[in-house]
Amino acid sequence: MGDKADVLQGTLALMVLKTLEALGSLHGYGIARRIEQTSGDLLSLNYGTLYPALLKLEQEGSIASEWGVSENNRKAKFYKLTRAGRKQLAKETRDWEQTAAILARFLAV
Amino acid sequence: MKRLRGWMLRIAGLVPSARRERELADEIEGHLGMHIDDNLRLGMSLEEARREAVIRLGGVESTKQIYRERRSVPLLENTLQDFRFAIRQLRKNPGFTATAIFILALGMCASVAIFAFVDAALIKPLPYQNPGRLVGVFERIEGCVQCDLSYLDYLDWKKRNQSFSSLDVYQHTGMMLNTSDGAKAAQAARVSDGFFRTLGVTPVLGRDFYPGEDLPQASRTVLLSYAGWQERYGGKADVLGKTVTLNGEPNVIIGVLPREFHFAPAEPAEFWTGIHATGGCDTRRGCHNFFGVARLKDGGSVGTALADVRLIAQQLEAQYPDSNRGQGAFVAPLKDGISGNLEPILLVLMGGAGLLLVIASVNVASLLLVRSESRRKEISVRSALGASSGRLVGQFVTEGLVLVTAGSVIGLTSASWAMQLLTKLIPADMLNGMPYFRGLGLNIRVLAFSAVIALLAAVLFSITPALHFSLSTLREGIAEGSRGSSGKAWGRIGSKLVVVELATAMVLLVGAGLLGKSLYRLLHVDIGIQTDHLVTMRVSAPRSYAKPEKSIAMERLVVERIESLPGVKSVGVATDIPVSHWGNTTWVRVLGRPWHGEHLEMPERDVSATYFKTLGAKLARGRFFDETEDASKPMVAIINQAFAKQYFPGEDPLGKQLSHTSIPPVPIQIVGIVEDIKEGPLDTDNFSTIYVPFNQNPDSDFNLVVRMSQAEQSLIPVLAATIRQIDQDIVASRGETMVDRMNSSFSAYLHRSSAWLVGGFAALALLLGVVGIYGVVAYSVSQRTREIGVRMALGAQLGSVYRLILKEAGLLMGAGIAIGLACSVGAAKLLHGLLFGVSSWDMETLAAVALLLGISSLLASYIPARRAASVNPIEALRTE
Repeated sequence: MGDKADVLQGTLALMVLKTLEALGSLHGYGIARRIEQTSGDLLSLNYGTLYPALLKLEQEGSIASEWGVSENNRKAKFYKLTRAGRKQLAKETRDWEQTAAILARFLAV
Repeated sequence: MKRLRGWMLRIAGLVPSARRERELADEIEGHLGMHIDDNLRLGMSLEEARREAVIRLGGVESTKQIYRERRSVPLLENTLQDFRFAIRQLRKNPGFTATAIFILALGMCASVAIFAFVDAALIKPLPYQNPGRLVGVFERIEGCVQCDLSYLDYLDWKKRNQSFSSLDVYQHTGMMLNTSDGAKAAQAARVSDGFFRTLGVTPVLGRDFYPGEDLPQASRTVLLSYAGWQERYGGKADVLGKTVTLNGEPNVIIGVLPREFHFAPAEPAEFWTGIHATGGCDTRRGCHNFFGVARLKDGGSVGTALADVRLIAQQLEAQYPDSNRGQGAFVAPLKDGISGNLEPILLVLMGGAGLLLVIASVNVASLLLVRSESRRKEISVRSALGASSGRLVGQFVTEGLVLVTAGSVIGLTSASWAMQLLTKLIPADMLNGMPYFRGLGLNIRVLAFSAVIALLAAVLFSITPALHFSLSTLREGIAEGSRGSSGKAWGRIGSKLVVVELATAMVLLVGAGLLGKSLYRLLHVDIGIQTDHLVTMRVSAPRSYAKPEKSIAMERLVVERIESLPGVKSVGVATDIPVSHWGNTTWVRVLGRPWHGEHLEMPERDVSATYFKTLGAKLARGRFFDETEDASKPMVAIINQAFAKQYFPGEDPLGKQLSHTSIPPVPIQIVGIVEDIKEGPLDTDNFSTIYVPFNQNPDSDFNLVVRMSQAEQSLIPVLAATIRQIDQDIVASRGETMVDRMNSSFSAYLHRSSAWLVGGFAALALLLGVVGIYGVVAYSVSQRTREIGVRMALGAQLGSVYRLILKEAGLLMGAGIAIGLACSVGAAKLLHGLLFGVSSWDMETLAAVALLLGISSLLASYIPARRAASVNPIEALRTE
């Protein structure tokens, strides 16, 4: 797994928010799997780090959670985006695109 | 906003919750379950599936831990944990905890309570507008710096001065209040019209005096003190416009002063009237009865004001040499005159309380040391298990904080209680003169002071044990067990602390000894009279008795009636009685000597023929007065020995003639010399004094002295009733025995309160110091049990074991006493102003204190030494 990238600091929250926007309500394991798949298995995600990130987002009011049952009948906590979360996602997407654009220009030189 | 919300939730997360913990477990379990299901579908074995899921998660427990840290605030949570642990530790050891908290609370209580008094008298601003700009204004003469002004001088000073935006005067006086129940004595003050405006005080009800309302022709008006309004008029608003008769004159009530207003030099005046100078002392330039209070102009200083009034005094001296010769001027901040006399005693008490606090803190610190010593193993284990040194120190800090918090809470509570108690111990009359002590309590400054103390204590108590465990020695702790080098390390610090304690206790004991001795000296000072079985009382007759012959007739009737009472041996009369003041002075000169208008100023007492005999004063030479010596006979006088020594050195004063400075002179023949009587406060030197016959200078206001065969206390109400029977408008007041008068005089009170309080501090310090040395020696014995056992097994005698232990105690004690002695001599110098008849070098006191401290410490170390000597060698060797 040496050639897989670690998750960049601060980008995990954005990935979580984006995942939830795309898929609606989802549990932690599902979110982790989805992030790996979306990255084309290029990202190595330590699943354990996802949960504090989820807690932080929930504490900040960007996502909300409720208990439910997974597709194979396991008890799981489902997360979904709140209105504040949508706003945050929009803002962070903008910020990220801007940063990426700036970096791209630098690298193009 | 989002951040804030996050933090709030995290802080809420500090509260432990089983539900949240269970949910976390469920969530992780669900995650692992789903992952394992997926892995199984990929064809892994169950064990492999499970292992892979846990690895990808990054460990179940560590995931939970990072989640928990995110859930709350780790630093805060650690601290809370430390607190819970500290409280558990302290509760497990209730003896130690209670002792430490009690000692700390004791030191805190003493210093906070005394500080509250210091604050009220010296720090808290006076309840006037911009009080820092107010000054007291006085006339100054030889031997009296802050003396009163005459009314006419005041009018000139007011007119001519350049430095005051306003200058006013006041006089504290007794007045006769006419009530439906006859005349009563009332406390009052006479003030000039602008007095309250100068102070910046506005009546809470009604109005202030109008300008000019204090002039002789103005109609008489009066302001009530708040307390007087409440007490006499039930605090009703319809009091305005009512009339009250004072000294036979009707006065209209125009206002009520604010509740927080006080003016110590005139307290506890209930009635504040204008001056209305219509005669008597008020209209004579040479008669001084007012004190000045002024507000400095912006930018002006006390110094420039002083130069200004000095110049005016010089002008007046040139203008009116008859009355103003030698009359200078003085200006000082108003605060000095109000509570300045308490400054030395308060500072000494504060010093005493501070030393007690030091000794208490040192005591608690050494308790903590012993305790940390016995926890060496626990600390070492925790350290070995990976507790960071920060976390270990944090634990000590937390325990220190818990102790200090508990000690402070208890200390503050008891301090506020102690303040009330101490205030109650001040005699009511005296407290009236110290109105700034009213409503003493935990104000913001007192709380700030306590906070500083608590902070220092907390630092001390957390640093001591933490420093003790220099972390390098920690690792040895496990291997070493409970004795060895660590014990010696503790012994070194602990014994230094004990030396500090003993030295501090020594300083306090010496202070207490000196103050106690000077109190004894003061109360046993020879005042020139026999003080037992003597009663004094003031008699004030209304103006209808003002004429000389009427005053004499009334005085004779009063004396006659009282002489006939059972148990009365003799009765005397004087305008002022012993142990009051050196005031009410007159100007005289010696006839037959060259004279250029100068004068000798000295107190004059107008006394009846029986006065000296009644007092039990001793006649040195000549004779006492005769009852028949009145205005129709040649003027005569008796002088005291101080007078004879000062003005007739090497001459015989008998038969010499004096005169007042009036022209032409009226000769007054000296017929007797009396041994010095202490007319002024107990702690003052004797002044030259002149006594003249009451019948040659009578007054309707005088004091009685009554010599009884016994039971003088019970006579006081009988005296008052007898006087009232003559005329119910004659007021009899201030009845007391001479012994009570001396005991309750201000100087006796100052000496007594300082001696008792410092004595109390010293007793506590002695106790703490002795307990401290006991602790050190006992600990050292417990550490050396094995060594002592070996020595005894090898044949050491009991005596040598005692010597071993007592030598250690003796060294500590010797060091403590030597250092204490050196500090005491320094500290006693600071006490100098409060001592009477005792030098700050008093060898007796120093020796007695050193002996007391030495014996008590030896006794304290004897107990552990005995325990050491009774060690059974076999047992001792087995303990290891």
